[in-house]
Amino acid sequence: MEKWSLMTITVLLGLIVRWTVSFGSYSGAGKPPMYGDYEAQRHWQEVTYNLPIKQWYFNTSDNNLQYWGLDYPPLTAYHSLLCAYVAKLINPDWIALHTSRGYESQPHKLFMRATVLIADLLVYIPAVILYCCYLKETSTKKKIASALCILLYPGLILIDYGHFQYNSVSLGFALWGVLFLSYNWDLLGSLAFCLAINYKHMELYHSLPFFCYLLGKCCQKGLTGKGLVLLIKIAFTVVASFAICWLPFCTEVEQILQVFRRLFPIDRGLFEDKVANIWCSLSVLIKIKNVMSPQTQLKLSFAFTFLTLLPACIKLTLQPSLRRFKFALVSCALSFFLFSFQVHEKSILLVSIPVCLMINEIPLMCTWFLLVSTFSLLPLLLKDGLLLAYVVTTLAFLTVCATFFSIFEKTSEEDLQLKSLSLSIRAYIPSFKAFPKIIKSLFIVSLTLMGILTSMSATLTPPQKLPDLFPVSVSVVSCVHFLFFLMYFNAIVLWDSRNGRNQKKIN
Amino acid sequence: EKKDEGRPGKSSNMLRVVVKKTVINCSSCHHSTDFEVHRNWLAITHNLPVSQWYYEATSEWTLDYPPFFAWLEYALSHVAKYFDQEMLVIQNLNYSSQATVFFQRLSVIFTDILFVYAAHECCKYVNGKRPGKELLEKPMFVLAVLLLWNFGLLIVDHIHFQYNGFLFGLMLLSVARLFQKRHLEGALLFAVLLHFKHIYIYVAPAYCVYLLRSYCFTANRADGSLKWSSFSFLRITLLGLIVCLVSALSLGPFAVLGQLPQVISRLFPFKRGLCHAYWAPNFWALYNAVDKTLAVVGIKYKFLDPEKISKASMTGGLVQEFQHTVLPSVTPLATLICTFISILPSVFCLWFKPQGPRGFLQCLILCALSSFMFGWHVHEKAILLAILPLSLLAVESPKRAGIYLILTTTGHFSLFPLLFTPPEITTKILLMLLFTVYSFSSLRALFRREGPLLNWLETIYLIALVPLEIFCEIVFPLTPWNLKFPFIPLLLTSVYCALGITYAWLKLYVSKAE
Repeated sequence: MEKWSLMTITVLLGLIVRWTVSFGSYSGAGKPPMYGDYEAQRHWQEVTYNLPIKQWYFNTSDNNLQYWGLDYPPLTAYHSLLCAYVAKLINPDWIALHTSRGYESQPHKLFMRATVLIADLLVYIPAVILYCCYLKETSTKKKIASALCILLYPGLILIDYGHFQYNSVSLGFALWGVLFLSYNWDLLGSLAFCLAINYKHMELYHSLPFFCYLLGKCCQKGLTGKGLVLLIKIAFTVVASFAICWLPFCTEVEQILQVFRRLFPIDRGLFEDKVANIWCSLSVLIKIKNVMSPQTQLKLSFAFTFLTLLPACIKLTLQPSLRRFKFALVSCALSFFLFSFQVHEKSILLVSIPVCLMINEIPLMCTWFLLVSTFSLLPLLLKDGLLLAYVVTTLAFLTVCATFFSIFEKTSEEDLQLKSLSLSIRAYIPSFKAFPKIIKSLFIVSLTLMGILTSMSATLTPPQKLPDLFPVSVSVVSCVHFLFFLMYFNAIVLWDSRNGRNQKKIN
Repeated sequence: EKKDEGRPGKSSNMLRVVVKKTVINCSSCHHSTDFEVHRNWLAITHNLPVSQWYYEATSEWTLDYPPFFAWLEYALSHVAKYFDQEMLVIQNLNYSSQATVFFQRLSVIFTDILFVYAAHECCKYVNGKRPGKELLEKPMFVLAVLLLWNFGLLIVDHIHFQYNGFLFGLMLLSVARLFQKRHLEGALLFAVLLHFKHIYIYVAPAYCVYLLRSYCFTANRADGSLKWSSFSFLRITLLGLIVCLVSALSLGPFAVLGQLPQVISRLFPFKRGLCHAYWAPNFWALYNAVDKTLAVVGIKYKFLDPEKISKASMTGGLVQEFQHTVLPSVTPLATLICTFISILPSVFCLWFKPQGPRGFLQCLILCALSSFMFGWHVHEKAILLAILPLSLLAVESPKRAGIYLILTTTGHFSLFPLLFTPPEITTKILLMLLFTVYSFSSLRALFRREGPLLNWLETIYLIALVPLEIFCEIVFPLTPWNLKFPFIPLLLTSVYCALGITYAWLKLYVSKAE
């Protein structure tokens, strides 16, 4: 069958799964007074439509920042404004100032879900299709399979179409950035990534790899000649794109500072809620929040974050290659997720999407990671009433990956990209050949554990003394997995040097 | 080797189908009346003794399927009580708690397992001319997807809510058994099917003639014609025994209680009109359309007296009797005669020139389609009775593939008015696009060397479905005519699809004659 018809079928399947998930519940459905993220997005449409720009980020009588104040960069605000204009055409009650608080109705839900679908269709899905179509040295079957698996990734679908957010826009822009960089269109790539950061500032997790890769490229070209020209052009593009996005706010310094205060709420503390984060997991044993002062917490988290991501970034700057860049995206974002400040469980998506990009190279590990990342969102999904959607989409994803990539058969060292590492280990322990078996059995154990925990969280009630038993166990288990993956991905980047020349061809 | 290579692909496909069906199934928020119908039947069979089943009339949705289906509901009701006891109370009309909906949808998914098994059996008997190297191009795989992902079945069963998957599974299984020369099993399965849903009586002539001709007469003469001396009394006795036994099991209890007339009157309610509220796209839809046009033209050019014409609207949403204004009115007897005449050629062909199981399948499809064309009070869902068996022939010959594409696309399009709430419009369009893109590209890839499957006229007709859909669902509701003539989109859809289906029917007859 022709490639275009197979791709169309893949896109249609992705859209069908997305739309059917959107029939489910959203965050904060029917839960006054605060509701949830769905109400937050509706409220932002109300604020951006009815109030002048100067007041969007400030606490005024019309704009109570305690009730879902804007805490994303300006592009989100412009997007909400655009949606508000459409909402006004259909039903002005949806965005009437003050009176539309907590507005919930079937037509409104349909409208909101439609905005997510349209944004997805315009930004994220084309990026995925183009990325898969232009993968080098892969058969058509593998390209289609990658596209299908990426589009069926449950985490993004459940958060965007279930819980209700617009992550696909910022992740889509970042993906466009990666796509442009893979074609050496550095300026377009930087522009796309700046748009991503200006949509959701969590994309800063990806900023170091982008920076190091481009810097490394400039250095390769020679810092005195072409490299310097490229560096200046990139810098100019970045500054120009930021300037355009922040233009209405550039009139006063106070405006910019206030936006920063909303984006980076430093006084909120090391973590909130149950997150598959090191700090949250450690707090089971030691109450970190009580032991250290907020300033020390901040410094500690920064220190650990940068310690863990520095090796990959330095390697990337010295020897920039596309493959190393993609792995660095994963390891940096994962370091940030595990060790950073005020991390939300949804930030795991920033790690998952770069992992999706490598699904045709290391299918087993990527599938494993993506399943764990979805599993780490379980407490949030249970709160939103999305258990059925979670179970069905996860099973569908596992089935599709297992059939198309034969993950249970392909577990040799080369398939796991661990050849160089195991060669080094065999230099010390000559009889070490156990990687494939270990990893395969670990995978099956992990799947079973996740399945058991899911059914327990869904059916049993926790004992009185430990009301948070299940969310905490989910977080701790996910955290252990993530640490393991951090070591794995870093190992690939760092031990890459021996096969550096061979791998460059595959890029 | 062909079977082995196809098997992993097919088993993975089936797994995905079950998962995806669950996704689609559990998504729908719209409850059609069919949902309440089945809840009511669960309540009736659970609470009342058998003697009351066909007399109970608290709800307007009385039991109008044969006894085996009632027994199925009875079995399901025993599982239902673990989900929600309240749904089994007859007086709880329109009761639809979350648990109820969940249980009902789960029961459809569960009974679909039979359909999956039947599709698996049918795929073994596909004769691909040139099996492609890739899994995606094997006729077996294409057939499996066309059957399991059939758009019509998906939306009718899982969104609109019925148990057709289970019933079509029985039919396809009986067809597969006939292919395997296990005639008695095939006959048994069909007899059982008839007592589950009597609409399958449409295809009974094909079964009767085939079994009589190719099973009871054990041998043919050298030139293929009938050899009267080879008639086997044993076989016909066995067949008769099977049919009688099944009927006795099903209708026996009611015959003993003297309730047969009541059961018959429930199963065959002829009081309903010629057409359903929304005209099924068959011959009578065209007949009605011509009648209406002539009436309008006649009034305008003063051929007819406006006072004599009744103002009854034919697609007003209510099921009522009406009279045609210009053309002669149609009675149930007239439709029966028309149906009988239209199936005669194919049945004669099956008797005089039997071509084995394939000939039987062609006859079955023609019977189903002819009954659809001329039947009384046909529901548009009945088009699936012709589409699903045609899938088996479509993967074998390019000519049939072309006919299949026309019939499927128009048939599925005619099912669109079943889902009309705004959230479901997107679902149905996406699913329809998925199935259409897949069927076109896979069949084209299968018969790549035979040239195009459709000629330019057919292609234009099918492409024009897109502007028709845009007009009916998006443009028309925004115009002022929406209030005055709300039935125009339905009328346009059914008449346009009727053209396509009639064309496919004629082409199928012609291709069989060749």
